Order: sequence, then C-alpha cells, then structure tokens
Amino acid sequence: MSPKTTALRAGLRRGAIELRSTFTNFQDLWNYFFPTVVLLVAVFFMRGATVPGTDFSLGARTLPSALGMGLLFGGLLGLAQHLVVDREDGTLLRAKAIPNGMLGYLVGKLVLVSSVAMIGLVVQLAPGMLFLDGLRLGDPSAWLTLAWVVPLGLVATLPLGAMIGSLIENPRNMGLVILPVTGLIAVSGIFYPINGLPGWLQGTAQVFPLYWLGLGMRSALLPADLAAVEIGGSWRHLEMVAVLGAWAVLGLVLAPVLLRRMARRESGSRVAARREQAMQRVG
Amino acid sequence: MRYGTVDVLNGIDLTAQRGEVIALLGPNGAGKTTTIEILEGFRLPSAGSVRVLGVDPARGDERWRAQVGVVLQSWRDHGRWRVRDLLSHLGDYYAPYATDRIQRPWPVDDLLAAVGLTAHANARVSRLSGGQRRRLDVAVGIVGRPELLFLDEPTVGLDPAARREFHELVHRLADLDRTTILLTTHDLAEAEKLADLIIILANGRIIARGSPDQLSRRLTTDAEIRWTCDGQRHVHATTDATSFLRDLLRERGDQVRELEVRRANLEDAYLALVHEEETGIRTGWAERVWQQEENR
Repeated sequence: MSPKTTALRAGLRRGAIELRSTFTNFQDLWNYFFPTVVLLVAVFFMRGATVPGTDFSLGARTLPSALGMGLLFGGLLGLAQHLVVDREDGTLLRAKAIPNGMLGYLVGKLVLVSSVAMIGLVVQLAPGMLFLDGLRLGDPSAWLTLAWVVPLGLVATLPLGAMIGSLIENPRNMGLVILPVTGLIAVSGIFYPINGLPGWLQGTAQVFPLYWLGLGMRSALLPADLAAVEIGGSWRHLEMVAVLGAWAVLGLVLAPVLLRRMARRESGSRVAARREQAMQRVG
Repeated sequence: MRYGTVDVLNGIDLTAQRGEVIALLGPNGAGKTTTIEILEGFRLPSAGSVRVLGVDPARGDERWRAQVGVVLQSWRDHGRWRVRDLLSHLGDYYAPYATDRIQRPWPVDDLLAAVGLTAHANARVSRLSGGQRRRLDVAVGIVGRPELLFLDEPTVGLDPAARREFHELVHRLADLDRTTILLTTHDLAEAEKLADLIIILANGRIIARGSPDQLSRRLTTDAEIRWTCDGQRHVHATTDATSFLRDLLRERGDQVRELEVRRANLEDAYLALVHEEETGIRTGWAERVWQQEENR
C-alpha cells in the first residue's frame, strides 16, 4: 500500500475513533442535543401558524430550513472550531511531525464533522415527524433530493470551514465568524420567508450558501406546491447548484493553500506561546 | 536564525554520527529550542545551511519525516484518546516506510512496555499524570523507530525514578537500535549521564563542546590562585597549582598573605553561566572560562 493510501485509511479510522469518543462525551452530547431541543420546541409552537399565502404549517416549513442551517453550522463552524482548537493544543503539530499525518488528520476531521452533521440531521428530523404534518418523508423523491443536497451542502461549507479555521489563531476570535453568520440567518429565510424583505437584502442573502441550503432542504421535504411561495415561485435547483457549486470551487481552491500555509507555520514554540496566552486568559 | 532584527542563533555548527547521543545544554533562552526546531524542519533559518539525514529539513519529504522522531516540550493533544489507540493509530502512518533492516512501526505492546505505560494502555490520555504524559510523548516520538530522534527537554516534570527509567530508555535506543539522539536539557548532570557529546549554548552561540569527560577534565585541571604580596593583589591561572605554589612560597614565603586556591569545576562554570543568564548580569566570566578551555 502506498503511504498516501495508508494515511487515507488511517484517517478514516481516525474519524471513526473520534466519532465514537464524541458520542460518549457528555459535554459534546449536550452541545449537540441542546440546540436540537430548542429548535424542536420552537418548531412545536410554530406548528399552528401558517406560511403566508398558504394554509401550510410554518413549523413544518421551518424544520427543513433549520436542517439546512444545521449543515452550515456543522460543516463550516464545526470544522473551523476543530482546527482552531487542535492548533492550540498541539494536535495539528503532532500530525505535522508524522509522515502524511496532515492528510490523515484532515480526512479524519472530514469524516467526523460530516458524520456529526448528518447524525444531527436525523436526530432533528425524526422527532419533528411526530408532531408536524406535511413533511413528505414517505416519498422516495424526497430522499433522492436529500441525497444530493446534503453532500453538495457539505462540499460547499466544509472547505470554507477549513479556510476560516486556518485563518483564526485565537479560539476567542471564533466570535468574529459567529456574528456575521447570525446576521445571515436572519436574512436567509430560515425561520420566516424573506419575500417581504427589501430587494437588496434578498439579493445579499442569495449570494451566500445559507439561503440555498435552507431552500434545498425545503425542496426535498416540503410538498411541491409550496415552491410557489419561494422567490421566483420555484425551488430553483439549477441556481442552487450554481451558487453552492461556486462556493465549493472557491473553497476547494483556496482551502488547501490556506491549510498548507497554516501547517507550514506551525512549530513547538508557537504552540507553547499560544498555550501561555490561554493560561493568561484563564488566570 | 533571527527574530525580527535580533540574531538569536549565530554560527551553530554541529555534526552528529549515527548512534550518537548529543545534548544541547544551556540556560533558558540560550537558543536550544530554536536550534532543534530548525533541525526538525518546523522553522526556517534566516541564513546558513542545514542537512539532516542528508536533506534540508525545510524541504524534507514524507520519507524523511518518517525517519525522524520528534518530542516537543509541551503537548496537550489527543486528550480524549486512549493510550493504546493513539499509539497504534499514529504507528499506522509509518508502516509503508518499513525497511528490511528497520521494522516500522514499533509493535504497540513492546512500545508500551519500553516506556512503562503497559498498566495505562487503556487510560484516556487526559487522565495521565504529568510524568506518564511525558512517557507517552516519548512513545509517540519513537513509534516509527526513527533513525534520528529529537527530544526537547524530555525529563521536565519527571520524578527521579521516572527520570532514571527514561535515561535507560535513551541508552537502549542509542545502543541497541543505533538511534541518533539530539536532546536539549538545562540539567548538566543529565547531559553528563546521557550524552556522548555535550554542546553548551549561551546567547545563541556554542561556547563549548566535548564529551562529558573532555569537558570536565579541561576545567578541573584549571585552577586559579589568588594572593596578596606587599599589599598588592595577584591572580594566576595554572594547570599545575601544586608546583606553582611550591615555587611561590619558596621565593616569597613570608610576604604571601590571603592565599586562595580555587578549582573551577564543570558545575561551577555551568552554574555561573546560568546565573548570568537568569540575572541578566553578564560578567562574561563563565563564557571566558569555557572559551579559554576551547582555545588551549
């Protein structure tokens, strides 16, 4: 077996080991399930309201949109967070000190982060089915759409997460990313349709992946006639593939450059310096 | 090597033989870690040429990386992993680099036994004590059976028993596996015990080098004699204090007052050096002592 193949397989195993350990860690489980519970409670109380212009449950429209948001959180923020933390504690430097270790590390992280995102999706969807009407989960075409929307969403967001993770050195600065993402959620039609917003805000939202992730998940899980109340009166799959694809290409071109730059700059004294900083923060 | 405009390393000239244990000895801030990071390929020198296993470490490929083991000063990584899982996982990357002569990776059970972690094989890394964690670091450093091993302050935080076990492990690696080892320490006794060659760094320069034996022989033969004669202070350095004193007393026996003979030993000279670094007061005495010996 070639060294690269070996590292690839080691990376897959690495992802599996870390997945097992994250699902046996109370803190992690809490971090995964608490937002899920909040979301489900919110959706539960929204189930009586209707999507403007229809008699369809607003709660049932929100759940798929929030699943799209979950992909962004899991893929983009999840990976960025891992990179920042692993840089601070020396995991990345360890990977660098090992032949093809960076490759294995990255594969492991991708396995971990995308598995967590997909498991999260199921965990949010399953209880929602119990009290929400109108989600077309029995329809095979829904699963067919999910089968390409979810991977496309991950391919569009994971490289962005890698880029952000390579650029941020101090875990405290993660806030710089979370803030704009929060703003984006407000204008991306996750919790309420954005047809009422000013045109320029709608336009801004449609530049970023979040709007399209929500739309994609709605197109998979909602009945076809709900497309009528979306912008343009359609699920716009073509535009969705174009925008998410563009983000994916951008990320896949830039992420390796930034990851390499980050890896090159990693050294023991940098890890030690960061550690000292962290200690001062605590003390 | 340069930070901003300050040269932190100057004229470090260093060659290692296979199976040799070299100790970089020096007070904190002497440039030990910088030197070792350049050799590990984790840091670029601003000038000069570096060859490690025949390759410029800044351009070392994965095959080169597989032949080099690295143990850094502080790791906190992989806290959630179990000791055995971590070693077996990290060992996997080395399997393609096995040769007829060197079997890679080191089998996990043997490795655990070698570093004394067998009892903790299934413990989570975050649950290890400081000393156990340090042994794990060493185990990770040698899991690929490196030809060259870098150890940066390997025994910091080890209790005396663990320290002695570690010393035995270093000897074993060097003698049985013919691993070349470069370690940094600020402990002279440790350098004397472990190293075939001691290199003393201060202010980013090599101020002395030699086997422990050579270094100590050089210095302990040097004595400083002070006395007062007709109200005037005299100082004389010699290698043969006894015959100098015999002559001195025969000639001016009655006038000699306040006679003092002082032997500088290895530890005195080193402690003086550390003291200078730590107080920031550089009298230069320590450095002069080392360099006089170098020139003779």
